[in-house]
Amino acid sequence: MTSIKRRIFLKGSLTTGAIGMAIGSGLLTPRMSLAAWSKEAFEATDVNSALSALFGTSSPEGSDRIKIKAPDIAENGAVVPISVTTDIDGAESISIIAEKNATPLAATFSLGPGTEAYVSTRIKMGKTASVIAVVKAGGKIYSTGKEVKVTIGGCGG
Amino acid sequence: MSTIKMRANIDNGVTTFKALISHPMETGLVKDKKTGKVIPAHFIQEVVCEHKGNTILTANWGPAVSKNPYLSFRFTGGAAGDTIKLSWVDNKGEKDSSEVTIK
Repeated sequence: MTSIKRRIFLKGSLTTGAIGMAIGSGLLTPRMSLAAWSKEAFEATDVNSALSALFGTSSPEGSDRIKIKAPDIAENGAVVPISVTTDIDGAESISIIAEKNATPLAATFSLGPGTEAYVSTRIKMGKTASVIAVVKAGGKIYSTGKEVKVTIGGCGG
Repeated sequence: MSTIKMRANIDNGVTTFKALISHPMETGLVKDKKTGKVIPAHFIQEVVCEHKGNTILTANWGPAVSKNPYLSFRFTGGAAGDTIKLSWVDNKGEKDSSEVTIK
């Protein structure tokens, strides 16, 4: 095979393989997704394991440049509004962890280039715990936490 | 019927996007009171938001995201009249997508 033909052949087979795998795992248009769903991270039963699965480290640097907006007391643990914002330069992703949930990782958000480092959503919390926000920026991981008191647990057990 | 309600408003170059998705987001930890059987986990795993062919946000969710999930974020580079597309897929492979026009 000439070198050009060999390169095209290899490129084609690699692409097919990657798409095949992604479709099998139920991902959306694979090329549009900025980050794959990590079973290991979402099924981790403690915070350190979730962080390791997501980032390869369980020791984020504490940062006061991440702000968590969450109620001090959640009336309904099934619907706890959480907003996270950060001014750390180059923030690529924001993750939300509910420390004492059976599987602490609730959500991760991967930001496109023009997207502000701000996300807002609602999560379930099983009991009073720290909500930990983790920001990945410039190859490093930063975090901060805020305690949210939960009167009625939201995981339904 | 779409499961997705969205609003996108632009102000001073920043588009604020809000979405509310109809989805049970079952954790797989709850028993059906009538049958006593565990209701299987059924939750959105991935959400992709696109603008002009670019992905502006990818969200990966676990079952701890609340039922009928809410999502909001902001980005620059949009303009009134542009569309934003939100697509989601859940752990059963079910999916939906919809578009909203930036106002």
